Amino acid sequence: MSEWFPELLSWPFLAAGAFFYLVGSIGLVRMPDVYTRMHATSVSDTFGAALLLIGMMITAGLSLVTAKLFVIFLIILFTGPVATHALARAARYAKVKPVLHKPEGKSSSKP
Amino acid sequence: MKLDLILRVATKLLCPFILLFALYVQFHGDYGPGGGFQAGVIAAAMVILYAITYGLEPAKRAVPPAIAQAMIPLGVLIFAGTGVATMLLGDNFLAYNALDHHSPVHGQHLGILLVELGVLVTVAGTMVAVFYAFAGRGR
Repeated sequence: MSEWFPELLSWPFLAAGAFFYLVGSIGLVRMPDVYTRMHATSVSDTFGAALLLIGMMITAGLSLVTAKLFVIFLIILFTGPVATHALARAARYAKVKPVLHKPEGKSSSKP
Repeated sequence: MKLDLILRVATKLLCPFILLFALYVQFHGDYGPGGGFQAGVIAAAMVILYAITYGLEPAKRAVPPAIAQAMIPLGVLIFAGTGVATMLLGDNFLAYNALDHHSPVHGQHLGILLVELGVLVTVAGTMVAVFYAFAGRGR
């Protein structure tokens, strides 16, 4: 019972974290410009890393490793959005224009 | 300066933890991955982050370039001084066993700690000095 229970509990978290990373990567490739790419990756990156770390914490049990993973968890939750914010601001100051939806009848620049 | 409020507050909150992590890497280098070089780079990265967020002049007030430049030979002095100390204690250059008369293992621990401290000081000083030299160009 106590052998497989943490494993079983951690698997959904690890799978969900991997899924979020996959979605973020697909968004990074598929989205047309800086802002939408950032929108795709930033949330899924932070959330995916958080879920993976929660899964690892459950697997590690109550030990020093868990404490270290928790600190990494807090730092990722703290720095991820700040980095995204800095990137978005930098893109805005560099006057990067978002790709807007073209009206019907005109050919768009991106498929 | 522009009002980068979020970046400034985040940097201010993160800086002590980055330095703490550098010291963790430094003192954990005996038992696991880490050591003086990595710790020095992390400590210098904290200064560089501060300089990028707050500007070069506040960073130069916090860590004066004279101190950063003095740290470069100081670390080498600590490193070589450990070796000379072991020679004066009657053993080879950098033979840590001589540092503790009672237990060679304690001497080895002390020796590694001192040498890694020298590496930390030199690497951190070099990184900060190189950053100042490049960032101060054309001003």
